[in-house]
Amino acid sequence: MDSKGSACSNPNPNPTFGPSKLMLAFRFLRALSIVHRTTPASSPTCRGRRIERAAYASMAYSAGTSRAWSRAVLRRLHHRARRRAVAPRRLSTTAGNRAEALRRLVPGGAGMDYCTLLEETADYTKCLSMQVELMQGIVDSASSNGR
Amino acid sequence: MSSRRSSRITDEEISELISKLQSLLPESRRRSMSRASAAKLLKETCSYIKSLHREVDDLSDRLSDLMSSMDSGSPQADIIRSILRS
Repeated sequence: MDSKGSACSNPNPNPTFGPSKLMLAFRFLRALSIVHRTTPASSPTCRGRRIERAAYASMAYSAGTSRAWSRAVLRRLHHRARRRAVAPRRLSTTAGNRAEALRRLVPGGAGMDYCTLLEETADYTKCLSMQVELMQGIVDSASSNGR
Repeated sequence: MSSRRSSRITDEEISELISKLQSLLPESRRRSMSRASAAKLLKETCSYIKSLHREVDDLSDRLSDLMSSMDSGSPQADIIRSILRS
């Protein structure tokens, strides 16, 4: 239970999952402004993808390097792999391997033990939902004015 | 799952983590999950994460569109500009 790196005895003193909403908002808005400055208006699709990368980047930076999923996201972003995602191994979906679908969804999930996977999933899910909430809030506030 | 660590983790801890995941599901998804098995909860979590990924994708496009309207000088532009400047 107290072996090195065991997720179940994670010495994280913060009992709640996820970074502060304010830090997330700050990082994301700053990234948005950079995207706006550096992407030509003539390529809205490219800009959409850059905004998406900015979303995952600010999520991961806000979560910090203490989380395996955020490290995996940052690795992926920094390497800027040409292919969309690392090709997932063909894993069997027998009853005992139900978590395999989850492993493909959570960044860095492939190499984790089951317990770590569950913890990382909780944190990742929380951060993802906060990011979505943030983006929705920006869209709503920008759309509701001036209409 | 064959590491030494896994064998020292109790079922109780696992079920605690699973119920934590359940609490993270939005209300609409949680309704049918009150007596769900762990496997069902994991499946629902997968579905939820996939929908969140889609939302990020969709909202990114919408934000890009908003930036376009910003460039064309619409009334929304000032709002967005003030957000981005702060």
